[in-house]
Amino acid sequence: MNFTISKRASTLSMALIGLGAIATIVGVIGDHSDHHQRTWSALLVNGFFFLGIGLGALFFYSLQNATETAWSVMVKRVYEAIMGWIPVGAVIMIIVLAAGTFGMHHIYHWMDGTLYDKASPNYDAIMDGKKAFLNIPFFWIRSLAYLATFVFAANWFRKKSLEMDGLTGESLVRTHLLTYRRGALFLVFFAVFSSTLAWDWLMSIDAHWFSTLYGWYVFSGMWVSAMITGVILVLYLKRKGYLPQVNNSHIHDMGKWVFAVSFLWTYLYFSQFMLIWYANIPEEVTYFQDRINHHPALMWTIFFINFAVPMALLMARDAKRNPRYLIGVGSVIFIGHWLDVNLMVMPGANGHHFHGIGLLDVGMFVLFLGAFVRVVLGTLAKAPLTPVNHPYLEESIHHSI
Amino acid sequence: MANKVIYAVYDDPEQLKDGARKLVSSGIKVKDVFSPFPMHGIDPIIGITRTRLGIVSFMFGITGTCLAVLGIWYFNIFDWPMNIGGKPSFNYYQNVPAFIPVTFEFTVLCAAHGMAITYLIRNKTLPGMPCSQSRLRTTDDKFIIEVRTADNHGHSSEAIAELLRQSPVTEINERQC
Repeated sequence: MNFTISKRASTLSMALIGLGAIATIVGVIGDHSDHHQRTWSALLVNGFFFLGIGLGALFFYSLQNATETAWSVMVKRVYEAIMGWIPVGAVIMIIVLAAGTFGMHHIYHWMDGTLYDKASPNYDAIMDGKKAFLNIPFFWIRSLAYLATFVFAANWFRKKSLEMDGLTGESLVRTHLLTYRRGALFLVFFAVFSSTLAWDWLMSIDAHWFSTLYGWYVFSGMWVSAMITGVILVLYLKRKGYLPQVNNSHIHDMGKWVFAVSFLWTYLYFSQFMLIWYANIPEEVTYFQDRINHHPALMWTIFFINFAVPMALLMARDAKRNPRYLIGVGSVIFIGHWLDVNLMVMPGANGHHFHGIGLLDVGMFVLFLGAFVRVVLGTLAKAPLTPVNHPYLEESIHHSI
Repeated sequence: MANKVIYAVYDDPEQLKDGARKLVSSGIKVKDVFSPFPMHGIDPIIGITRTRLGIVSFMFGITGTCLAVLGIWYFNIFDWPMNIGGKPSFNYYQNVPAFIPVTFEFTVLCAAHGMAITYLIRNKTLPGMPCSQSRLRTTDDKFIIEVRTADNHGHSSEAIAELLRQSPVTEINERQC
């Protein structure tokens, strides 16, 4: 059965884009920061957050391939649709990074060439020491390598998935085993890239500070956002009468992923925080001092929403089998992880000019959300909603836990 | 009339499900089903109520959390505050990040050990308990339905056996109990 975008969804996403655009424009006019730094950092936050959802879906998809998981075959098209955002997200990241390189904003302080000039009063010995890794040419080589790999992998998986629809017997199994091997190969790349992209795009904002856990922490945030997006999309499609073979057990398993990855995030977030708090070394604590002293409400709200909410509200079995409830709780955690990306970027990029989430941030989030929904639903409509042929299709239909 | 227990032996889980469906649709209560591996879809057929193990493990876990918090507060704050790396040691709240790993581990410890002990008790397999397994073949390749006449006063053991024979049962054993 093919999915067609309903008129309501189409108008609603257009309305989100329109509303978001107006709020963004008003926000940009009210942005008096130097170089419109506040606007650029909001673009980075939303560009990264939504790209991260695509990457989380891509990661999860190749994980399902590499582990030959059967139950998720029924919903694999949903993850392919979320992966459809990756090219758009990649373009936005390139715009933000290019603007930084050409001096249109100063989110990335280390891009300032005078830091490395011993004769300059701006000379920074610490930054000079990091120059072997953190220099503009190498930064671009890395960034383009990540984005190219992601776009290529997402397209390749999608292509093979559509190709499998027309195959049977021996050739179907052969293609399936090929996606299995490529899934494993992509995980190897993603293991490295997910960490280094977090260093490059987010951790290098606070260039003097570093944390070895940061990459995993960012990755777990992307992953949980993708799992929430996936389950909400499946529940939406089911309510519209699509995916009739997706049963309670599939929903339950997707709910479990939201629950489980929320704790992965909590574990990494807390490990990073506790080690820095315990060691109490000046060069390490700056990151948290900035955030605890100037944005305590935001900091603790994020921890509360992303840890306590899933812990208390998603632990019960019935909670994960109740569509309305799951959508509600999932949306709250989704916002929580968006706030988390804000807290990663904003204090470092804007210093004392950042006073909390404002109209500009919310407007741009709404704008991105509308565009994201349109792209994802558009990709969803391009192929049969349930895969026609897959070695594990039958097993997935009878999934029961 | 003495109460009897009937064991119907099957070679295949699907055949067992057929037999169980026949019994249940005739109003006979199935006491239990034995299988070498978990059988999907049998629970709703024979009307097994949902397991309470999840609640039990939560109880063990929360007990562990409470004991850990209480213990840490008593040892490290109330009874003998120690200066470790200059961390605040005069109240629990200010030093809580340092206590989280221990609290977490103790929660897991209590939940895991509690569940292991619960498992042994529920299965009556605590060390030293007599072996009550009279259906050893269900640990190998047989699937067995157990029906007790004590649960089914309206049906004679012969009638139950007759019903069972309508499904591909391989043998039917009866015992007094």
